[in-house]
Amino acid sequence: MKLELGYIFIKDIQFADVSKVENGTLYVNKEVVKSIILEDQNFISAEVELARPGESIRIMPVKDVIEPRVKVEGPGGIFPGMVNKVVTVGSGKTNVLKGAAVVTTGKIVGFQEGIIDMTGTGAEYTPFSKLNNLVLVCEPKDGLKQHEHEKALRFAGYKVALYLGELARSLTPDETETFETLSVTEGIKAYPELPRIAYVLMLQSQGLMHDTYVYGVDAKQSLTTMLYPTEIMDGAIVSGNCVSACDKNTTYHHLNNPVVHDLFAEHGKTLNFVGVIITNENVYLADKERSSDWSAKLAEFLGLDGVLISQEGFGNPDTDLIMNCKKIEAKGIKTVIITDEYAGRDGSSQSLADADASANAVVTGGNANEVIELPALDKVIGYAEVADRIAGGYDGSLHADGSITAELQVITGATNEMGFNKLSAR
Amino acid sequence: MIITNNNSVYEKYNAHYDIVLIDGSFKDVLIRTRDKIHEGYELLTHPLSSSVKPNETPFKSIIISDIRGNINYDSLIIIENSIITYDKFNKVKMNYKFSEKIIEDFKLIDLTVLESALNR
Repeated sequence: MKLELGYIFIKDIQFADVSKVENGTLYVNKEVVKSIILEDQNFISAEVELARPGESIRIMPVKDVIEPRVKVEGPGGIFPGMVNKVVTVGSGKTNVLKGAAVVTTGKIVGFQEGIIDMTGTGAEYTPFSKLNNLVLVCEPKDGLKQHEHEKALRFAGYKVALYLGELARSLTPDETETFETLSVTEGIKAYPELPRIAYVLMLQSQGLMHDTYVYGVDAKQSLTTMLYPTEIMDGAIVSGNCVSACDKNTTYHHLNNPVVHDLFAEHGKTLNFVGVIITNENVYLADKERSSDWSAKLAEFLGLDGVLISQEGFGNPDTDLIMNCKKIEAKGIKTVIITDEYAGRDGSSQSLADADASANAVVTGGNANEVIELPALDKVIGYAEVADRIAGGYDGSLHADGSITAELQVITGATNEMGFNKLSAR
Repeated sequence: MIITNNNSVYEKYNAHYDIVLIDGSFKDVLIRTRDKIHEGYELLTHPLSSSVKPNETPFKSIIISDIRGNINYDSLIIIENSIITYDKFNKVKMNYKFSEKIIEDFKLIDLTVLESALNR
């Protein structure tokens, strides 16, 4: 399967009468975007705001971040099974508004979730401070249940992202990049000397605000299975997980999965990137056993030499992570796990809630308990009062002058467990 | 059998499941679960929530087997690790003053995480 991504670089975003992309600027008709949101009668009003890199803006509470893309050649459309029909995606050509994003905000429950600062200390911790963001603030009707609110907000984000992506359909990309995955037998013939490597991508799947969807299927309902890596680039996986800002995988993370990207960069050179095994993180312990059994079985079946495993979330998923790691290692296949840490504010506590001697190669996204200070910014998009009520915040987090003292986990994407973040020990 | 300190779980499922309703904390639920595991019950759901940290939410529901057998060491390791994790998080007191709305939301999240297992 072969996919060409065409990047149209976006350096600015502005409101205008006509939505279009011109000379690197994304022009957006605010009223059209509002009407797309309000197609869903669960919303009674909507605001649309802009947040550009370097502006004194704080966005909170963030639910999802979505990159605008459009399928220009090949079967299917972006977000298959969710917005577009269920058709296998990942081949042909897809255009991307690189440097732009749709950010959804909302108070689905009374606590939680997620800050993006466009400048200052906080901006250093989140990759989304570098994007030209179109921020949606959607007011639900009275009495809307949390499940319905979450779903409505999620779909508002997809629809607006597809609307913006459509603006790129007939544009000539500034740059293109091609990704190809061969069949198993072709891969063995093409790269007989290279180690066979796959990516085990763990998907959060535990209930309200903890869910991930694959071609429209709730991941908790699925057995461990396989995807071509390029399917993910066309939106085969989307996030309905808006709990724990620092280490949730937003839809943007899935579309731009850095593990997939980096494995492709080495594909045919130092390794043979065989494909992606997707597995879930369920609450039921028998599900954890079954899903990790299947990860190990598929890894063995594919004749792999090594896997990278990334998880999503903390605590309960650490058990899935360690099960995947030790069962795959037991098949004689080397593993590297990618996680983050909750090691206490001084960093001295045990980082994960589970462990095994076979988990001897670990990449960390950072310590989510570290305390940070965020300055007051000129403008808050969303709901400032939730600062005391988000994960990692606490009573008194939000100071009278608008500054915030909180744990790093308040920042969207700060300790991302795919490694898509700004922290480094280097 | 469900061990919980969330009355929403009790009210919704009391007619259908054997429920131990605890008038106590998240930690009390973990300790009662550990005691049950020592008695030979098997742990069926993971005691930690995935992303809502144990020093944030006051509510927890855990499913264990209805039938007792020999002590299940996998269950014991998971519950002991969960208690260690709980204690680690509770070194930092968040001092939340929860509104009624937030309390109800925490109960709802606990209920839906539990239901994701009950409905399998």
